[in-house]
Amino acid sequence: MSVNETIASAVGTQEETIIPVKDPIEEGKRESIHVEEGKTVGKPFADDPKFKLRNVEVFYGQDRAIKDISLDIARNEVISFIGPSGCGKSTFLRCLNRMNDSIDICRIKGQLMLDDEDIYHSKKDVVELRARVGMVFQKPNPFPKSIYDNVAYGPRIHGLANRKSDLDDIVENSLRKAGLWDEAKDRLDAIATGMSGGQQQRLCIARAIAVSPEVILMDEPCSALDPIATARVEELIAEMSESYTIVIVTHSMQQAARVSHRTAYFHLGHLVEVNETNKVFTSPEHELTESYITGRFG
Amino acid sequence: MTDQSSQAEIVRNSLKRRYRKERRFRMYGILAIFIALASLFILFADIISKGHTGFLKTTITLDVTLDSETMYLDDPTDEDQRSMADFVAPIIASLQEHFPEVESAAEKRELGRLIGTYGASKIRDLLKDNPDMLNTTQTMEFLAHDRVSTYVKHADNPRYSIKLSEQQQGWVDQLLEKGVIDTSFNDVLFSRGDSREPANAGILGAIVGSLLTMLVTLAISFPVGIAAAVYLEEFAPQNRITDFIEVNINNLAAVPSIIFGLLGLAVFISLFGMPRSVPVVGGLVLALMTLPTIIISSRAAIKSVPPSIREAAEGVGASKMQVVLHHVIPLAMPGMLTGSIIGMAQALGETAPLLLIGMVAFIVDVPGGFFDSATVLPVQIYLWASSSEQGFVELASAGIMVLLTFMISMNALAIWLRKRLERRW
Repeated sequence: MSVNETIASAVGTQEETIIPVKDPIEEGKRESIHVEEGKTVGKPFADDPKFKLRNVEVFYGQDRAIKDISLDIARNEVISFIGPSGCGKSTFLRCLNRMNDSIDICRIKGQLMLDDEDIYHSKKDVVELRARVGMVFQKPNPFPKSIYDNVAYGPRIHGLANRKSDLDDIVENSLRKAGLWDEAKDRLDAIATGMSGGQQQRLCIARAIAVSPEVILMDEPCSALDPIATARVEELIAEMSESYTIVIVTHSMQQAARVSHRTAYFHLGHLVEVNETNKVFTSPEHELTESYITGRFG
Repeated sequence: MTDQSSQAEIVRNSLKRRYRKERRFRMYGILAIFIALASLFILFADIISKGHTGFLKTTITLDVTLDSETMYLDDPTDEDQRSMADFVAPIIASLQEHFPEVESAAEKRELGRLIGTYGASKIRDLLKDNPDMLNTTQTMEFLAHDRVSTYVKHADNPRYSIKLSEQQQGWVDQLLEKGVIDTSFNDVLFSRGDSREPANAGILGAIVGSLLTMLVTLAISFPVGIAAAVYLEEFAPQNRITDFIEVNINNLAAVPSIIFGLLGLAVFISLFGMPRSVPVVGGLVLALMTLPTIIISSRAAIKSVPPSIREAAEGVGASKMQVVLHHVIPLAMPGMLTGSIIGMAQALGETAPLLLIGMVAFIVDVPGGFFDSATVLPVQIYLWASSSEQGFVELASAGIMVLLTFMISMNALAIWLRKRLERRW
């Protein structure tokens, strides 16, 4: 795979970051709003956070995609990242389980701590990190294997189950948590790619929770789903928030408002505002946030 | 209103022209396909019309009296006696029963020439294995001489010249009427190696030689090709060296095959001192020739594995190697297999490089191993086609049919595998 293709496959790419603003009048207005680098309004920090991220910068070659972001993600909270296309929210999300590693020209600076361990420490094993920080992608991407094998894949490669019955339990529990057990229990051997889009996405969630991660990253998990499937996944997120820390990137402000405790607004690589979700949507502190949530651009 | 209707008129008129153009365009396509199919049909028709007689053998069935006096043989187990004995005499004697008017020695000799040269050795081998058959009468089936065979099969065909005397032709006609001379399926073709005499020549030696050579080729080029493709696609860093390697692999695929033959001669035979004409060297040379094809098609297959599957596996914490082994290779396997089978079919039909490493020799024995002298199907066809005897012409065409059958089945296997293993995502 060439470098370009690799980048294109990762969401939030260099190409997106240079997409010109659509509305020239709004652009003039936005340019006049000053974003001070590294300065985030609202409540970016928390006590005893799960993730402690300080002065994070991401470069694609010469392009600076993420500009000096500092943020805490609290334990068992659901935090959503919103912002216009190319604002760097997906790139930032992918730093949290080092999914950007496979892109050669991507460099990351700053301090990213998960429970006081440096994620990007040279001795940190990325496999272990990803077992703790699971991920659900934009497009449902089940393996072209059976439903059972999809869920069992993670536990198998990590050696989490010694006996077949243990594995069966893990699969059942994961599918139950993902709300898929009733639909899938009679066809565990059926090939997963034959399911509907919404079922596939819930299967991907089941696959992610099968390795019992502490954090689940979701990159626009509902953008390929219809409203009913979306509602089902959102319910699921609400249920899961009791036991997991969830970071969700979304294009839908309604979704952010429905599922998350806190919301972070990104703009052109800056983290503009972080606050409790209802505050962000009812009384945003920053002018840019207000323009975005009132639909003046984005 | 008038404006609109005239516009509609213009459109309608142009419509006719457009449809005409489209029809013409489609005709060109149909014509092209027709030309391709017609030439293929002519090729097959020609080969089959020339070669189908190659699958027939002409036999003469005789009741042979194995009389010890006519053969000058008392003890068939004695090798010295066997080498001195006259095994043609009983055949002539038996033929003479059909033609009592033949008396002179010259005529008897002519009569004896209806039988192929290996008739005598057939009697010798029979007596050697069954000494108690001496002085009994046995019904034996002999292969007719090549000239008789040509006369029987092609008497009406002006392309063949009949080399039998008038008298011999008369005898053959009579024997045909009596059912003594008959044609049947040519099992000799599939049970023997090459021979100087067309009636005795078989293609089994070449089939086994091809099989052994292909096994060596497959054993080397498939694992090496796939390993190279996986490394280049998944692990190699993107830099000048990998670019250089990539360009050279693509170039290698276009190198004329005879160059690989020269390489094999220089490296495997001259430098490493491997024997000539053996399947191992042939297989090595063909493996080198097939490698680029396999690497290129395998890389394309790996590239076509969607990145979302890799991400999914990486997302649950699979290591790079697990991603490759559990997901990428299984998903790319149909493409890899298809490429390999097509590469192998290409290698099966390759002649030029094998000529250089000596697999063009005249080899009678069916090879028994990788280090036995052997020849392969296309080379055998080449040898027969360039042979002067008429009987070999039809054998060459029959050989082509056998080779084509192998190729078609290999390609069919490739298609079947692709359909079978194809997965959706």
